[in-house]
Amino acid sequence: MSINGKAYIAGAFEHPTRKAIDKSLAQLHAECAKGALEDAGLTKDDVDGYFCAGDAPGLGPLALADYMGLKLRHMDSTETGGSSYLVHVAHAAEAIALGKCSVALITLAGRPKAEGMATGTAPRNYGNDAPDVPFEFPFSPTITNMYGMCAMRHMYEFGTTSEQLAWIKVAASHHAQHNPNAVLQNVVTVEDVVNSPMISDPLHRLDCCVISDGGGALIVVSPEIAKTLNRPLVKVKGAGEAPKHQMGGRVDLTYSGAAWSGPAAFEEAGVKPGDIKYASIYDSFTITVLMQIEDLGFCAKGDGGKFVADGNLISGTGKLPFNTDGGGLCNNHPANRGGMTKVVEAVRQLRGEAHPAVQVPNCDLAVAHGTGGSLGTRHGSATLILERE
Amino acid sequence: MIAERRKLTAPHVDPETKEFWEAAENGKLVARFCNSCEAYHYYPRTICPRCGDDDTEYREVSGRGRIYSYSVMRRVPVPYAMAYVTLEGTDISMMTNIVDCDLDALEIGQDVKVVFSETEGDGPPLPTFTPV
Ligand SMILES: [Zn+2]
Repeated sequence: MSINGKAYIAGAFEHPTRKAIDKSLAQLHAECAKGALEDAGLTKDDVDGYFCAGDAPGLGPLALADYMGLKLRHMDSTETGGSSYLVHVAHAAEAIALGKCSVALITLAGRPKAEGMATGTAPRNYGNDAPDVPFEFPFSPTITNMYGMCAMRHMYEFGTTSEQLAWIKVAASHHAQHNPNAVLQNVVTVEDVVNSPMISDPLHRLDCCVISDGGGALIVVSPEIAKTLNRPLVKVKGAGEAPKHQMGGRVDLTYSGAAWSGPAAFEEAGVKPGDIKYASIYDSFTITVLMQIEDLGFCAKGDGGKFVADGNLISGTGKLPFNTDGGGLCNNHPANRGGMTKVVEAVRQLRGEAHPAVQVPNCDLAVAHGTGGSLGTRHGSATLILERE
Repeated sequence: MIAERRKLTAPHVDPETKEFWEAAENGKLVARFCNSCEAYHYYPRTICPRCGDDDTEYREVSGRGRIYSYSVMRRVPVPYAMAYVTLEGTDISMMTNIVDCDLDALEIGQDVKVVFSETEGDGPPLPTFTPV
């Protein structure tokens, strides 16, 4: 059994805020839900399945079903960090295929900016009961130095350079200049990136994503319902998910879980990386993009540096247009979780609703890929293949 | 830039891994070894994450190793070196800090040895490493 063709993404919404001092967390979730439902042409009373992750307050689906007044027959609070929302799309398709729900709502929201969170430079303690915490947290692992270690190893094994990594930010900035909601709207050069302050070797400030508030939501529906709505048909064609961790101490920082979730998604969809017209690739850091592009099969392991250089990710000039909203690197990384916005921009591209300056012509096949947690320790990887009918 | 000594957070000691920290108090670095698959793993577990058997025990390791990767955190009040060190005689790498070193002279593949660093309060010392 496969989910290929069993569900469609009928609604997608990205909250326009980037700093939400005057809004509550639950309110942001509800505003995102309202936006996605209006986009789909549905109302909250049509929703019978709800999906949320660790960014949701309280007891997740219970708190938010209560807050939004949802009557549900299916709930899923799968938590894999920033990749959760791609997993949710796949799980929603599974639930719809089994008849467990027919209109699934997925929400994400957060306000790290309003709360003054030092996302990249302060160690995060996931709680002493997490078995890894006593053996890691006291050494001050941060998001930036963990991804820094991935980049250092990649450079050591494959000769990847800071200039090659910088091209990823350059491409994202070329796209973000057309997005009036983007946090960073100025086009930057390779020199700008490598001359920005070093945060944790070898990652500079401009190798990092933005910190922003906001969120997003998706509506996944059955084929029957999708065909009654007045929206372009964006089909869920394939999905893959996998955790990657330290493997009992056999640490290998050169690849991500995309090496497993990617092939699974492509196989289910019956397509190859070469068929993809547009790619949303998780971009917490430049190195995140580079590793995942290799792992998804767009180039051989170790060739990512050469692949991303010279504008190859820029829409209109490069072979693999990526993150045309500006991505997490320039546009938005709400709740420190970039998976939702990856799906939203892929849907815009497939509908032909991306900004005209970055819209990929005849974009009928896209990949959206997410990572949650840390490539330096343990993470959840999720890949979706989406097709416009 | 020479690394300044930082006061490290004390690790949470739970019943399952108490012996690891007791060994550290005695200046010994131990790792969990599985008698069934004859391999070390890290961090320590009662049930081997490689083969699933529970015939596991702590064994003292040499305390020498090699830097698998590192990253010097610079945009903080006291810069420090995060690292994974692969332990000699094993195929396991552990997260740690490289201390008492020139932060600008570290290299992947560099030989290092364990040196225990004090933690806050009366917590057990942490196994950090320094260049040989
Ligand atoms: Zn074993």
